[in-house]
Amino acid sequence: MPTDIPRQKKDAVMKLADTDFATDRREHDVRSAALDYWNKLKAGELGALPAILGLAALVVLFTSLKPDTFLSKANVANLSTQALPITILAMGLVFVLLVGEIDLSAGVASGLSASVMAKLLVDGGQPWYVTIISAVATGIIIGTVIGWLVSVLRIPSFVVTLAFFLGLQGITLRLIGEGGTVPVRDDVIVAIATKNMPIWLGWALAVACSLGYTATLLLRWRRQHVRGLHSKPLEFVLAQSAVVAAALLISTYVLSLDRAPSPLITLGGIPWGVLLVGILLIVCTFVLGRTSYGRHIYAVGGNAEAARRAGINVARIRISVFMIGSGLAAVSGIVAASRLNSVATDAGGGNTLLYAVGAAVIGGTSLFGGRGKARDAVLGGLVIAIIENGLGLLGTKAYLSFLITGVVLLLAATMDALARRRRTAAGR
Amino acid sequence: MSVTPALDLRGIGKSFGPVKVLDDVSFSAYPGEITALVGDNGAGKSTLVNCIGGVHPPDSGEYRFEGRRVRVHSPRDASLLGIEIVHQDLALCENLDIVQNLFLGREQRNGLTLDEDMMEEIARTTLSGLAVRTLGSARRPISTLSGGQRQIVAIARAVLLDNKVVILDEPTAALGIAQSQQILEVVRRLADKGLAVVLISHNINDVFAVSDRIAALYLGRMVAQVRTADVTHRQVVELITRGTGGEVGLRR
Ligand SMILES: Nc1ncnc2c1ncn2[C@@H]1O[C@H](COP(=O)(O)OP(=O)(O)O)[C@@H](O)[C@H]1O
Ligand SMILES: [Mg+2]
Repeated sequence: MPTDIPRQKKDAVMKLADTDFATDRREHDVRSAALDYWNKLKAGELGALPAILGLAALVVLFTSLKPDTFLSKANVANLSTQALPITILAMGLVFVLLVGEIDLSAGVASGLSASVMAKLLVDGGQPWYVTIISAVATGIIIGTVIGWLVSVLRIPSFVVTLAFFLGLQGITLRLIGEGGTVPVRDDVIVAIATKNMPIWLGWALAVACSLGYTATLLLRWRRQHVRGLHSKPLEFVLAQSAVVAAALLISTYVLSLDRAPSPLITLGGIPWGVLLVGILLIVCTFVLGRTSYGRHIYAVGGNAEAARRAGINVARIRISVFMIGSGLAAVSGIVAASRLNSVATDAGGGNTLLYAVGAAVIGGTSLFGGRGKARDAVLGGLVIAIIENGLGLLGTKAYLSFLITGVVLLLAATMDALARRRRTAAGR
Repeated sequence: MSVTPALDLRGIGKSFGPVKVLDDVSFSAYPGEITALVGDNGAGKSTLVNCIGGVHPPDSGEYRFEGRRVRVHSPRDASLLGIEIVHQDLALCENLDIVQNLFLGREQRNGLTLDEDMMEEIARTTLSGLAVRTLGSARRPISTLSGGQRQIVAIARAVLLDNKVVILDEPTAALGIAQSQQILEVVRRLADKGLAVVLISHNINDVFAVSDRIAALYLGRMVAQVRTADVTHRQVVELITRGTGGEVGLRR
C-alpha cells in the first residue's frame, strides 16, 4: 500500500521540518534547564533571586543577633503588618516604574488620602465605607492630575511629583492642623491591620491558594507541552509550586500559633491586611501578565515610540499608571492609619516613599522602565520591613538606620544598573 | 498580459512649505514582484513612502490600490488596506519577546485574557513561512537578538496579518554581508508569496540581486520605472546621480 499521508498532515510534517525553534521543542532535562537558567542570570535576567537571597541573609543575620526576639511569634506577626503599607505603596509604584516614570509624591499622597478618611470619620461622622471610598478617590484624582501633567504637557514626572510632594504635604497640614493627629477608631478600619482572621479561614485560604497556584502552573505546562510550545521543564514547575506552597503554609502555621503574651487569652491568625495584600497581588499580577493593557504598559516602558507605532495610546497608558500608583498609595495610607490608629500631619512623609521605591527595586523592578512584576513589591517590602524591624530590635541609633537603609537602596539600584548593562551587552 | 498593480500612484505632488519635494511622481508596485526604489539622499524616497503609508498625505495626484481609487490619510487607513511599512529604525520593544513584539497592539485575546498559545503558534507559522531557522526560540527577548534577527522580526510583524503591500526602508543598511544576504532572501520570499514588495536601498548590487523593477527618483521626480532585466548597473547609477542614463531617464 502506498503511503497515503493526507495533505494536511504532509503540510504539518513539512512545517515541522522547516521550523527550527529547537530551543522550544527540545526536551528539557534538569541539567539543560539549570544551564539555561544560569545563562539567563549571566545575561542580567536576575528575576526574584537577589530578593530571595537578601531575605534569607537578613533572616539569618537578625536571628543570630537577636535569637530570642526576632523570630518570636509576636515579632513575626508584627513584621507581617509592618510590611503591609510599604508593600502596597510599592505595588502601585511598580506600575509607574514600569513605564519608566517615577512618582515621588506617592508617600504623601497616601498621607493625604488617609487624612481625608480620618477627617470624614471624625468630623463628618461618615460610615467606614464612605470614608474608604473617598480616600481612594482622593488618591485616584491626585494620580489623574499628575498623569495628565506628565503625559499631555510632557513635564518630567520627577519635577511634577516633586512639586506634588511639597504641595500635598501642605494640604495635609491645612486639613489636620499644625502638629496634630486625628484618631481613627472605626472598628472596621482598625481591624484591617490589627485584627486577625479566624484560624480555620487562614488555613482554608492558604491551602486553596497553594492548590490553585500549583494547578494553574501545571495546567499551563500541560497545554504548552501538548501543543509543542515553549515551556519550562516540569521539574522547575513542580519546584516553583512547592516553594510557593511551602512559604504559604509555613507562614500560615507560624501566624496561627497562639502569640498572646498572657496564657489567659488566645491571640492568633493571619492579619486581615495580609489577605488584602494577597488579593492585590493576584489582581495586579493578572492585569500585568495576562491582559493587553498590562502588555501595553510593558511596551510603553520598553520603547514608547514602538508602542505608539503599534497603535497603542501611550498618553492614556501613562495617565492610567499614575492613577493606579496614587490609588494604591491611598490604600497604603488607609492600612498605615489602621495600624497606628491615627493619622498625623507627617503621614507618608519622611522616608516612606524611598522605602517603597527601594522595595520595588530590591524586588527586581527596574528604574529604567519595562521590567518588573507585582510580586517584586511583596518580596522587596518584606526585605525593607525586616531591615526596619531588625534594626529596631537591635536598638540601632536613628542615624545608623538612615545610613543602612540608604546603602541598601543604593545596592539595589546598582544591581539594577549592572544587570541592565549585562542585558545590553548580551544582544549583538 | 497586463496585471493590475497593487499600488498605482499617478501625478503625486508633495510640498513642505515652499519646498516642492515630490513633483508629478508616478509609481506602481505589482503583486509578486519586488520594486526597488532608488535615489540619492534627499531625492524624496522616504517622503514618497510616507505618502503611500498615510504618514504625510500627498497634496495632489491619484492614489489607486488594486485598481480602486482610495484615500489614505493616516497610517491606519494604509493598515486597513493591507499596506505595511518597515521603517529604518525598527521600533521593537527590547524588553518583550519575539511573539509579544509581533502581536503588539493587536494581541489575540480569549475573553479578557491574552491567548499566548495561539499567538505563539501563529508567530511560528509566520516565521517558518519566511524560512527563518536561526531564532532558536519564539520566546527570546528582543534584547538578545542580533541586528539581522531584529530586522526579521520587524518584517514578520509587517506580514503577520494578511497584508498586500510591504515597504522596507533600507532594511540592510546597518547589517553585515551574511545578514544582508539572509534579509534579501526573506524579502524575495515575500514577493514569491504574492505580496507587492517595495524595497528602498542604496546598494546597487542588492537591487540587481533581488528586484524585478527599479524606480529611480531624482530631485523629487520619477526619472525611470524600468524592468531590472532591461538596464545595466551603470545606467542605474547614472539615473541616481544625474537623472538620466542611456536611452532611459529624464526627458529634457
Ligand atoms: N517634514 C519635512 N519638512 C520639510 N522638508 C522635508 C520634510 N521631510 C523631508 N523634507 C525634505 O524633502 C527632501 C526629500 O527628503 P526624503 O524624502 O527624506 O529623501 P530620501 O529619503 O530620498 O533621502 C529633502 O530635501 C528633505 O529636506
Ligand atoms: Mg530616507
